[in-house]
Amino acid sequence: MSARIQKLEMRGIVKRFPGVLSNDHVNIEVSAGEVLALLGENGAGKTTLMNILYGLYQADAGEILINGEPVQIDSPRMAIDCGIGMVHQHFMLVPTLTVSENVALGLPSEKGALLDLEPVSRRIVEIGATYGVSVNPDAYVWQLSVGEQQRVEIIKALYRGADLLVMDEPTAVLTPQEAQDLIVLLRTMVAQGRSVIIISHKLHEVMAVSDRVVVLRDGKKAGEVATGDTNPEELARMMVGRDARPFSREARQFDGDCVLCVEELCVNNNMGTPALRGISLGVHPGEILGIAGVSGNGQKEFAEAISGLRTVESGKVLLSGQEITHCTPKQIIDKGLGFIPEDRLHVGTIPSFQIWENLLLKDHAEKPFARGVLLSEKTIRAHSEKLVADYGIKTPDLETQTGKLSGGNIQRLILAREITRQPKVLVAAYPTRGLDIGAAEYVHEMLVQASREGMGVILISEELDEVQKLSDRIAVFFDGRIMQVLPVAQADEKTLGLLMAGLTPDNQATAG
Amino acid sequence: MTEGLEQGILIGMIATGIRLATPYLLAALGEMLSQRSGVFNLGLEGIMLMGAFSGFYITYVSQSPLLGLLAAIVTGGLMGMLMAFVSVTLQAEQGISGIGLSMLGWGLSGLFFRLYVDGIQSIAGLKAWKIPGLGDIPIIGPMFFSHHFIVYFAFLLVPLLWFVLFRTTWGLSVRAVGMTPQAVDTMGVSVSGLRYQCLILGGMLAGLAGATLTVANTHMFADNITAGRGFIAIALVYFGRWSPWGILAGSLLFSMADSFQLWVQVLGINFPYEMAVMLPYIVTIIALMISFGRVWPPAALGKPYERGVRG
Repeated sequence: MSARIQKLEMRGIVKRFPGVLSNDHVNIEVSAGEVLALLGENGAGKTTLMNILYGLYQADAGEILINGEPVQIDSPRMAIDCGIGMVHQHFMLVPTLTVSENVALGLPSEKGALLDLEPVSRRIVEIGATYGVSVNPDAYVWQLSVGEQQRVEIIKALYRGADLLVMDEPTAVLTPQEAQDLIVLLRTMVAQGRSVIIISHKLHEVMAVSDRVVVLRDGKKAGEVATGDTNPEELARMMVGRDARPFSREARQFDGDCVLCVEELCVNNNMGTPALRGISLGVHPGEILGIAGVSGNGQKEFAEAISGLRTVESGKVLLSGQEITHCTPKQIIDKGLGFIPEDRLHVGTIPSFQIWENLLLKDHAEKPFARGVLLSEKTIRAHSEKLVADYGIKTPDLETQTGKLSGGNIQRLILAREITRQPKVLVAAYPTRGLDIGAAEYVHEMLVQASREGMGVILISEELDEVQKLSDRIAVFFDGRIMQVLPVAQADEKTLGLLMAGLTPDNQATAG
Repeated sequence: MTEGLEQGILIGMIATGIRLATPYLLAALGEMLSQRSGVFNLGLEGIMLMGAFSGFYITYVSQSPLLGLLAAIVTGGLMGMLMAFVSVTLQAEQGISGIGLSMLGWGLSGLFFRLYVDGIQSIAGLKAWKIPGLGDIPIIGPMFFSHHFIVYFAFLLVPLLWFVLFRTTWGLSVRAVGMTPQAVDTMGVSVSGLRYQCLILGGMLAGLAGATLTVANTHMFADNITAGRGFIAIALVYFGRWSPWGILAGSLLFSMADSFQLWVQVLGINFPYEMAVMLPYIVTIIALMISFGRVWPPAALGKPYERGVRG
C-alpha cells in the first residue's frame, strides 16, 4: 500500500458514453482534512467522475495524481490499494451475508483459503467504537435498516484503510436525524486527516458538511467556491444555470366529505409479511395530502393497494363514497383514480412503446380513440400532438420509443395522460425522484394545478422540502402505520424527522 | 425364508437407489455451483451426454475406466468453459444458450458414437469396490458400502462443497457473486473470473455424472442415454434450495422413488407399469410445490453482469 493520501487531483478528465459527453475536461482536487462537495443535477456527470476515480470506468483522457504522482487506477482493486473507498448510492452489499462476511468479501484471510471471520468481527467492533458507527457484525444485512447498511458500507471502506472516502448521495435514504449523525461522522473522519468527497444535489446538505464545493453542469465544471464564501442561492444558480423560480403556496383547510377515504387498510408486502398495519386517512377534493416517511415504510404498498395493483388483506378504500377495495385496476381507473407510479419507466409506461401508444394506454378501447375494435388513427394523432405540445414533452416525433426520453419528459408524458383524464383523485408516488430542478418544478406546478381543478392529490415523497412546500396536510408513515397527520403549519423539519424515525415528539421529550 | 427374501429386496432397493442417485447428485451439485455464481446453465444435459460419450469412448479405446472418467471430466470442463464464454463473455441470454448447449451435446455425442463406434459395444467398465470392514457389516454393508467409487465420491462431495461454500474465502465470493455481483466487483474481485471457475467446475462434475451412466452403471453407450437426467438435476437444485444437503435430500428422494418403481417391475407386482415410471417425477413435483422457510434464490441468477447497469 502506498503512503497516505495528502492530496488527490483529477486533471482534464474526459469521459464519453454513446451520444453523451459525460465529463468534459473536469479538474478537481481534494486535500487531507477536507470535505469536498460535488454538486450538480442528475446527469451532470458527478457519479461518472467518481466511478472513474474508483476504477469502475476508464477516462478517455486526463490523469489522476496522488500526492503529485500520477497513478493508473484501472480497477476497484487498484483504487482500494491506493487508499480510496467509495460508498455507492445503491449499496453494494449482499443481503444474504452477515456484516462481517460482507466486510471480508474479497480480502485475503489470515488462514489462507479458509475463511476466518473472528478477527474481522473484532476489527468491525473496533472501528465502530472509534467512529461511533456500531453495527452487530453477526447480523445479516437484510435485517438492517438502510441507515445501518450505510454504516456497513463506511466500515467496509475504513476496514480497507481508506484515506479518501467518496460518498454518492449519502443522505438520500436517511431520516433528517440520521443525516445529521452522518455529517458528524464525516467531520470526525476529516479531523483525523482523511478526506471526503460527497456527491449531492441537495444545497443545504452541501452547505452543512463541506469545506469546498465544485459544481458540475452538463459534464463541465460550472464553478468552484469555498463553502464559507457562498450561499444556497448562488450554488443553485451555478447548478441550474439560471435563478430558481420562487414557489410558494398557501396551505388551505378543508372540511366536508373526503373524495378518497381509506379505513383500517392492511396490506402485505412481496414477502407476505404486513406492510400496512391499519392505515386510515382521507383526502378532500382540491386538497394536497403529503405522505412523508423514509421509503420502505409502506408507502409503495399503500399506492399500489389504492390503485388495485396489490391485494388488500383487510380494511376499506372508498372513492367518492363507492367501495373500490377489491376492484380491478381497470374498474378503479374508470371510477376516477389517476396514478403516477414510483417506477415511471416500467410501471408508468411501456418503454418500448411509441409515445402516442403510451399516451393512449388507459383509453385505447374508449371512444373516440377506438371505433369498434379498430384504433382511430386520426383522432389519436390529433390528441397526442395536443398533449405533447401542452405538456412540453420534448421528442423528435410521436413515433419515438418512450424509453429513449429523459426522465423529466417521461414524467411529463405520464402527467399528460393522467391529468387530461380528469380523475377525482391523483396519487403521485415519488414524482420528482431523480428529476433535475427544472423538471421537478414543472411536476410541482402540475400537481398544484390539478388540485386547483378540484382533484384530491396524494403526494408520496421522501423529500421533506417538497412535501412541506406543496401539501395542505402531511401524514407521516412509519413501519406500516401513520405516526400522525399534521397541518403543514405544524410540520417543521424536526417534528417530521422524529415522526419519520418512529418517535413522537412527546416521547422524545420524556426520554430526553 | 420369506423374511430373508423381503430383507434382500429392501437391501437391493436401497442400494439401487443410492447407485441411481449418484449421477443426479454430481450433476446437481455442479449446477448448484453455476447457479450460485449467477449463471443458469440449462446445458447440463448436453454436458452430461458429452461426458457419457467421452468416458465410454476412451474406456473402449484404452481399456482403462479411469482414463475414461478423466476424459469425461476434461470434456465436461471444456463444455462448461464454452457455456461461460457464451453467457459470461458474450453475455448471451442464458436460457437460450443453455438449450443450444444441450442440443449440441446431444447431437455431437450421437454423431461421434456413429462415426467412431457404430453399434452396441460393451466396455470393461468400473467394478464395485466393497470398502474393507464397513462393507462386511450385515445389511448396512451391502446397502451403503458395496458400490463403485464414484458413488462414495459423490456423497463425500456433499459435505466437501458445503465446507468450500461456507468456510472458505472463495466460497464467500461465490455466494456473493450470484446475489450481488456489483458488491463483488466493487471489492476488487473479478465477477467473470468467478463465474468461469464455477461453470468449469460445474461442467467437470456434469461430465463425470454422464460418465457414471456409461462407464460405471451400464458399460455401454446409446444415443441420448441421459434421457433427461440433466433437466431433472436442474430441478433438484431448486428443490434443494441451492444447498448441498438439500440437493442430497432431493437426489435421494427422486432416486429412491425410481428404485422403488424398478423393483416393482422386476418383482412383477401387479401395478400399472406406466404409473410406476411416473412415480419419481410426481414425487419431485409434489416436493417442489411444498415450500418451507424463507428462500433466497441467487438474485442475479440468469442476468449477465455489466458495470453501471443496475439489476
